[in-house]
Amino acid sequence: MKTCLVVDDSKVIRKVARHILETLDFNVEEAADGREALDHCSNQLPDVVLLDWNMPVMSGMDFLTALRRSENGEKPKVVFCTTENGLGHIQAAIDAGADEYVMKPFDRETLESKLQIVGAA
Amino acid sequence: MSMHDESGGATQILAGLLQARTGQVISSGRYWRVETSLKPVLAEYCIPDIDTLVAALLGADNDDLVQSCVEAMLNNESYFFRDTAMFTMIRTQVMPVLQKARADSRRLRIWCAGCSTGQEAYSLAMQFADDRQKWAGWDIEIVGTDISNSVLERARSGRYNQFEIQRGLSVARMLRYFRQDGEDWEINSDIRAMVKFRTDNITRPSGNMGQFDLILCRNVLLYFAPETRHMAFSRLARSLGSDGYLMLGAAETVIGQTTSFNACREIRGVYTLQDATRTDRPVLDTNWPFAQES
Ligand SMILES: C[S@@+](CC[C@H](N)C(=O)[O-])C[C@H]1O[C@@H](n2cnc3c(N)ncnc32)[C@H](O)[C@@H]1O
Repeated sequence: MKTCLVVDDSKVIRKVARHILETLDFNVEEAADGREALDHCSNQLPDVVLLDWNMPVMSGMDFLTALRRSENGEKPKVVFCTTENGLGHIQAAIDAGADEYVMKPFDRETLESKLQIVGAA
Repeated sequence: MSMHDESGGATQILAGLLQARTGQVISSGRYWRVETSLKPVLAEYCIPDIDTLVAALLGADNDDLVQSCVEAMLNNESYFFRDTAMFTMIRTQVMPVLQKARADSRRLRIWCAGCSTGQEAYSLAMQFADDRQKWAGWDIEIVGTDISNSVLERARSGRYNQFEIQRGLSVARMLRYFRQDGEDWEINSDIRAMVKFRTDNITRPSGNMGQFDLILCRNVLLYFAPETRHMAFSRLARSLGSDGYLMLGAAETVIGQTTSFNACREIRGVYTLQDATRTDRPVLDTNWPFAQES
């Protein structure tokens, strides 16, 4: 079973994502900001990270940069999932090493198809 | 004709209209969808309810209304690279064979029959663009057809909203082949130029589009009655080059449906013409003087 770490400061979004991911047979972990997410990753690397952009303590971008610099940090597939829907943000995320990008709001089909594209679902 | 002799009578008439015009059958278990799908039509024409709508349909001079109802009842679901594995197969198995077979003419013709809002045809076009160098100097024509003018209009516009653009399309291809315009994403003009869209009813005996090397007719024949499906298969067979390929949706098959096609021995999930069909059927070419369909 693959593990997906959902990183979002919104409890509601984490709940919705968890629900969808569990129906897609993922084992789901949660983190409320980038710092918590890094702690998670230093314990155990997930297969996929579903990553919000704007969060307190540490943003999604800072998390991604730190993750990609860490040991084996290139391994997890990182799917941004954010309301930042402008071309500039999307390009910046890809340049920083994100594998896919989901523009919020999203539905089950969107998430499933993006996870398929990164080879996780 | 009495429309009120049984409950659901109006729905039944509407379902009958859809079947007569398109071949699509709505089973009675799905009648509930009819009313929901017609809500926008009722609003557009300021018609209070389904019974009044049916009465209006039976009147004269209502071609626009009939067409609007038919289009509203059709299932137009589509998304980019639907059944990814099939697109990979086209790229890695079907295209190499066709590229060899057409090395002299350097010309390829592909038909997406029942193309809906264009995602399937544009997915193919993007795949060719990904392999630009391999296809340099080739004349590749992709024709998308559908019975519904409203979906074709959207296909031609090449514009997709946030939900549509994210379904099946990788962010890399989205950035490479689309530009953002407000909430929507619009396909680049060079990809759009690879695809032509036109109206066509697949149950009509002939079109005037000539022959194709590859036909995709995916998720269209699923809801046809058997005899209509048989007719559609004959039409597809006549439109396919003798060494061409037919591909259906992931859940569809020709087995037991038609004698015109065989499962291809070399490539799984792909169909070729029956040998008999290859030699017996009338030869059509691009210049064949078919009468224009209405
Ligand atoms: C479910 S969509 C499939 C779109 C696309 N091929 C795909 O697989 O994603 C089916 C399409 O077939 C069209 N269609 C239904 N009956 C048709 C007919 N008799 N002739 C041509 N198109 C038809 C519908 O309008 C609809 O857009």
